[in-house]
Amino acid sequence: MTRGAMLSLPVVLAGIALAFAWHIAVGAKTVPLGTVLTALTSYDRTIFDHVVVMDLRLPRAIYAVLVGASLSVAGALMQGITRNPLAEPGILGLLTGASFAVVILVGFFGSVAPVWIPLLAAVGAATTAALVWGIAAAAPGGSTPLTLILSGAAITAFLGAFIALANLLDQESFESLRVWLTGTLSSRAPAVLWWSLPWIAVGLVIALAIARQVTALAMGDETAVGLGVDVARLKALALVSVIALTAASVAIAGPMAFVGLVIPHITRIFVGSDYRLIVPFSAGFGAMYLLLIDIAARMVLAPVEVSTGIISAILGGPFFVWLVRARL
Amino acid sequence: MTLIATKLDSFDVKRVVPTSKSRLTVKNISVGYGGAAIVKNVSLDAAEGALTILVGPNGCGKSTVLKAIARVLQPMSGSARLDGTSVHTIPTRTLAKSLALLPQGPIAPEGLTVKELVSQGRFPHQTLARQWSAEDSHAVFAAMQAADVAGFADRRVDSLSGGQRQRCWIAMILAQDTDVVLLDEPTTFLDLKVQVDVMTLLRQIAHHQNRTLIVVLHDLNIAAMFGDKIIMMRGGVIVDQGPPDDVMTRRNLARVFDLDAHVITDPASGRPVCLPVVAQ
Repeated sequence: MTRGAMLSLPVVLAGIALAFAWHIAVGAKTVPLGTVLTALTSYDRTIFDHVVVMDLRLPRAIYAVLVGASLSVAGALMQGITRNPLAEPGILGLLTGASFAVVILVGFFGSVAPVWIPLLAAVGAATTAALVWGIAAAAPGGSTPLTLILSGAAITAFLGAFIALANLLDQESFESLRVWLTGTLSSRAPAVLWWSLPWIAVGLVIALAIARQVTALAMGDETAVGLGVDVARLKALALVSVIALTAASVAIAGPMAFVGLVIPHITRIFVGSDYRLIVPFSAGFGAMYLLLIDIAARMVLAPVEVSTGIISAILGGPFFVWLVRARL
Repeated sequence: MTLIATKLDSFDVKRVVPTSKSRLTVKNISVGYGGAAIVKNVSLDAAEGALTILVGPNGCGKSTVLKAIARVLQPMSGSARLDGTSVHTIPTRTLAKSLALLPQGPIAPEGLTVKELVSQGRFPHQTLARQWSAEDSHAVFAAMQAADVAGFADRRVDSLSGGQRQRCWIAMILAQDTDVVLLDEPTTFLDLKVQVDVMTLLRQIAHHQNRTLIVVLHDLNIAAMFGDKIIMMRGGVIVDQGPPDDVMTRRNLARVFDLDAHVITDPASGRPVCLPVVAQ
């Protein structure tokens, strides 16, 4: 780990803290930064602004941090393991798969206890991953960056059609899910957050633990074997981490597009190609990014709030096009 | 001819006699993909302190043998043994402390610097708890010196020429500091001069650091010039093996490569050189 990178860690943390405070201050009613700080440090429930900060704004900022970090780390791992610069939970269909599982079961049973939502999302993401890789591997030439993306797009469209169909058939129970399906940080019950935390913790711990081996794998499977990496075990662990992080993110915020694509590439510009740096810094940049995106989502058309995922997609779409032109 | 003769004294004409000790032995190994054997019942051993070179036409199984020794491929039968223990039973990271592999066409991750790449060679020596030690630093430094890449340690690998890049990869496996080093076509796509540089470096590593090197090569004359032992394969079996003088014969070239060639002796090195017969 280079000294320069170690020194920039406080800078990233300070950036997150600033974005975090700004994020809490912004909203239908702007709360001065000083009040935000006193609400966080010495909470007084008789002051209205304090209640707004603690009950409404703080959870949302925490969602942004967790989802931004999780999706970015998931994207970084997927790009490293598949050596595919366009791999990420959204483009390869995992976000849609996880959402599909949640939507169908919530639609079927009317409502589902929060504890099951991350698990449902994980089952959906894992099944989709198997499908997408299966289809890509069966294509002539095997699973290349292009076949993976095409099969991800096909599965996304296919599952998206079923989500739309379910939406049309039962508009009432899907009303609450409609905003969630565009990726939002506004509508979640805190219980879902609690049940998602263990998934995020497991995903991040695995990601940090395998980071060094992911760097070795980036030099090719055979090179990694020569260096003593158990490649099959590494890929299995990475998959578990990606599924856990994706599932928790979808449970909290729905399918938040492009975060996992954009952030790892931005991170590489700053810290290079070593995943021991890429993984933690992706988490930091991802948290900061989603805080800023969510600030924009609440400010661009204020007082109307735009879905966070829509802002992320508006920024991420052109980035994707640039990446295809530059890297494929 | 006169041109070569004038350079006679500048060549290392001393023939190194490989020590008889072999730490790596392959016995009756058969390897293949999906049930079909590509390598059939091959046995060989590689001497310590010597450069053993595998040659043969495309698809003869030479790379497959190397991959089986490097436990990239599981043999269908037979074994590759390091100091008597099958490489396929040794835990992969433990084995990586004794046996290194430079595969064909390794990928240089975008933006990785030379020093970072060479540092990857220390992977098997590190654990999650013990990430980097003075020993690691020393090994990386020594490897960069040996492979002559220290001069551009902080440059990005993807900005280097093919020859420089290949030396970086060799530095990486030197930093791994293993007694056995396997290289799959390390000179392919390099200019002749760079091929000679790379092979000179590999020979040095074998002879001066007393390591066991097994190299798969495409170019017969380079193989004959640098190899202490040549193994010729065709159709998944070994046709002949021994010192270059014994193996690089007109008869072997005909039956292994379907090549009609004269074999002459380079007056400078005393090594055999093959000159294909071309219809006029």
